[in-house]
Amino acid sequence: MKNNSLENLTRGILRENPTFVMMLGMCPTLGVTTSALNGLGMGLATLLVLMISNMLISGVKNYIPDVVRIPCYIVIIASCVTVIEMLMAAYLPELYAALGIFIPLIVVNCIILGRAEAFAAHNNIWQSLLDAIGMGLGFTLSLTILGLVRELLGSYAAFGYPLAGEEATPLLLFIMPPGAFLALAGLMLIFNKLRGQKS
Amino acid sequence: MTAKANKLSGIIIAMLIVAFCSATLIGIVRNITSEPIQKAQNKMIADSIKEVVSSDFDNDPYAEKIVIRQGKESFTLYPARQDGHVTSLVMKSFSNKGYGGRIDVLVNFLPDGTIGGYKVIQHKETPGLGSKVNDESFKKGIIGKKPSTQAFKVKQDGGEVDAITGATITSRALIDAVQKAYDGYQKFNAGISHEEQ
Repeated sequence: MKNNSLENLTRGILRENPTFVMMLGMCPTLGVTTSALNGLGMGLATLLVLMISNMLISGVKNYIPDVVRIPCYIVIIASCVTVIEMLMAAYLPELYAALGIFIPLIVVNCIILGRAEAFAAHNNIWQSLLDAIGMGLGFTLSLTILGLVRELLGSYAAFGYPLAGEEATPLLLFIMPPGAFLALAGLMLIFNKLRGQKS
Repeated sequence: MTAKANKLSGIIIAMLIVAFCSATLIGIVRNITSEPIQKAQNKMIADSIKEVVSSDFDNDPYAEKIVIRQGKESFTLYPARQDGHVTSLVMKSFSNKGYGGRIDVLVNFLPDGTIGGYKVIQHKETPGLGSKVNDESFKKGIIGKKPSTQAFKVKQDGGEVDAITGATITSRALIDAVQKAYDGYQKFNAGISHEEQ
């Protein structure tokens, strides 16, 4: 049982990484990763929502008829995100100013619904929480790396700190939308190559 | 699997309960948070105003908000005072020409009409490109300039302002917003002299 918990926690980070392996949540992945900090922010906001939604869904799973589970899950997730957004705006305005733009995007992130359907609907609250933490961390990690790569190439900076002088002309393409696909493809190539060697 | 009610009545009741609980929860949280949210936003504007004022002041400009209506347009002004005398004005302005739509800007005008400072308080520009509109490197090209002159345009349009690399549209939108604020400021000045004469 202990091994199982550990497995549920770590699975999302590498082996079933939501971005590089399962290719879930591509919209926020491509859209917000123009800098490492943006990627980190989106990742952390998703982690928070994923933890709450997985626990909620796991808690109510026995009371919801199978045929309407998806609409019910969506209503629960959307309300949960709205509540988090309002509480954040009211009591943590600084954090909200930094993460606020990502929050409404989370509702449509299929990782949330994906984990609710694939994991939380069949497991208890504790295991669902572990799964959410693992998946959330995996998502945060991949978004931060992708953001960092794009920021390094696209604006010669890392986490907002410029690495080159004002005169340098970075590869702007990488912070534009096409650059997101190129960077993601490159990272996926490296990630899958490494993963293939391990197994 | 427990015996779940898969009959129509069970489905309807389950969905109703979920929808009702969600709506109630959102309603309650909204009631609790609407006041703190408003306060947080007001504080953000009040702090931003203090940031953009470049002249000496000892009042709280946000508390002295003036709204002027002129036909369809309305302008919001925040006077900065030192010992009761107005030293400069902060105008709230916006432009719909941003890359991501609307941008909201606070602009500070010195008595001679030059720009003392500005801050974009809300925008949806591309992170890493247009979001640099609040960066010092772009700010220094705007501050000290006088709107309504040929110099107050981006270089691509024959002016003297260095546009943000990769975000000419955002740069133009900022200039547009500042120009609007300046037009309002001019009308306000004209209004004052009319009333006082």
